[in-house]
Amino acid sequence: MIARGYDVVIVGTGAGGGTVAQALVPLAAAGRRVLVLEQGPRFSDNEFSGRELDMAPQLYRDGGGFLTADGTMTLAFAQAYGGSTLVYTGTSLTAPERVIRRWNVPGLDHADLARRSHRYLVENNVHLLPPEEINDNNRLFADGARAAGYQVEQFPVNVLGCKGSSLCNLGCPNQAKQGTNRRQLPAAERGGVEVVTRAQVVEIGADRSLTVRVAPKPAGAKGAPSEWEPGVYRVQASAVVLAGGAVGSPELLLRSRLPGAPPRIGAGFTCHPALILVAEHAQPITNDVGHPKSYFVDRAAEEGFVLETCMYFPFTTAKALTGFGAGHSAMMRAFPRLQQILVLAVDHATTENRIVVNRAGNAVVHYQFTPEALHGLVRGNRAAARIFFAAGALRVHAPFAEPPVLTRTDTETLDRRIAIAHWLPGKQTISAAHLMGGCGMGRTTADSVTDAWGRVHQFPWLRVADASLFPDALEINPYVTIMALADRVAERLLTDAPALLD
Amino acid sequence: MLLSVRPILRAIGATVVPEADRLDEAEWMALERIVADALAARPRAVRRQLLLFVRLLQWLPLVRYGRRFTQLDAARRTRFLETLQNSAILLLRRGCWGVRTLLLMGYYGRPEAARAIGYAADPRGWEVRR
Repeated sequence: MIARGYDVVIVGTGAGGGTVAQALVPLAAAGRRVLVLEQGPRFSDNEFSGRELDMAPQLYRDGGGFLTADGTMTLAFAQAYGGSTLVYTGTSLTAPERVIRRWNVPGLDHADLARRSHRYLVENNVHLLPPEEINDNNRLFADGARAAGYQVEQFPVNVLGCKGSSLCNLGCPNQAKQGTNRRQLPAAERGGVEVVTRAQVVEIGADRSLTVRVAPKPAGAKGAPSEWEPGVYRVQASAVVLAGGAVGSPELLLRSRLPGAPPRIGAGFTCHPALILVAEHAQPITNDVGHPKSYFVDRAAEEGFVLETCMYFPFTTAKALTGFGAGHSAMMRAFPRLQQILVLAVDHATTENRIVVNRAGNAVVHYQFTPEALHGLVRGNRAAARIFFAAGALRVHAPFAEPPVLTRTDTETLDRRIAIAHWLPGKQTISAAHLMGGCGMGRTTADSVTDAWGRVHQFPWLRVADASLFPDALEINPYVTIMALADRVAERLLTDAPALLD
Repeated sequence: MLLSVRPILRAIGATVVPEADRLDEAEWMALERIVADALAARPRAVRRQLLLFVRLLQWLPLVRYGRRFTQLDAARRTRFLETLQNSAILLLRRGCWGVRTLLLMGYYGRPEAARAIGYAADPRGWEVRR
């Protein structure tokens, strides 16, 4: 085993890890050794082909098809330099005040999060796209939603020089999206922070050591080889910041079995379970060109769902449609006339929904759909169908309808046609990409894993800085809130550095 | 990996995507390569379960129709898979969803299939569409 020593080791390079890495540049400038370990590879700009099956297996864990324990939902999260900021659409929202109030974490207030969020909105060039860059898929959503009586909002997005490839979820082929791979990590590296990719942290020891396995680049794979020689390393650190995401961080902590670790590690997992509705129009629309996610309808507080515009690739679309056979094929052949809406449900933390590890030390996500989340999905299905028809769609495929295809004659009976009675776990395709919780913030080990500054209870040298900190669902896209929380974690680490690192 | 289940997999494939019936040998091979790659990247337990389920699909129709899946006509194949998809048993629904998803990936993951349905996304975005 090769031995290395660092003052601070950050695990993960997504919204949390990238933010902490940049914020710790002053430590590096002061001569401290700061290391970032990333399990995935570092891609070069010309490797983003935009082809679904070329990119997804390289970018996502289990190719984007990570299954929950009972196999009824897939979770999508990236493993690469930049983490999931590489593959999301760049939508950038600040946490709602009511949610932070409900979280009720001592020492965490909304004003502080909003101030920090604003700083990252500016840093990441977050803005509204001009009307001429909005495609028909998005425009029809906005028009239809307004006609159906919903309040529509435009997503601020973190792009610079967006060409409208529509391929955000496969990594922007034009490097327009300002994820941590474009902003925070390069700044950190310029400032003296070391980043090592293809480096999986196998275990953290109570002596603050990390066992790290550096993998060789597989034959034919994209991405650069690791900055370190392949092999097993023992990295000694004075402080460790976990930012491996809501699955990765609890997984690593549980696998490490640190004596005295908080018992709630892995608890409180939430994910905004989501499904896709697809509608067919009479005429072709622009749907596979232009930014895919420009508008949303937020009914989280009132009805437990959020609707977002979306446009997915052929396989993902085919997977989203319930069933198979001639009807399924007919909808796929209408691709140039398809409009899509993503329905996300609010799911609050429960005792059942948690992350554990199996004998091999890999994460197993136990997730049961609560009645609240299912009702949110049903109401969201109905709202999306109304919006489609108000926008002029001829047919709507709604997973919670049976049979799933609705026509305009069904508009008066949507509440009956789309019903919870049609929900069959394992039949409809449900997926989630807003993975949250597992190392929740709170007061003590009885109710949480960390305090409001990401300090793991009883382990002052161990911090968490990612979406696993969320004690409950955020009810919006989590990216900016992760950055704001990570900023707090880094700030406190800088304050504690003299005591921790000497 | 798929050689032993090739006939049943192709029969299910043509039921899930009827157009697959018109694929030539090279196109089937391309589809199967995608499925095999996807399976190889999955955890071993998932891989084993899916392949076992494919084999099960071949024999389960004996109970209802007295014939194996590959011996059924197209309408009966469809009805049989629909029965599994709506089964009261989660394991059957999950298995059906998993195999269906793999075959959809194999079919629509091919660039020719994407072109055939009119999918035209291009990294150059608006530049090539205006």
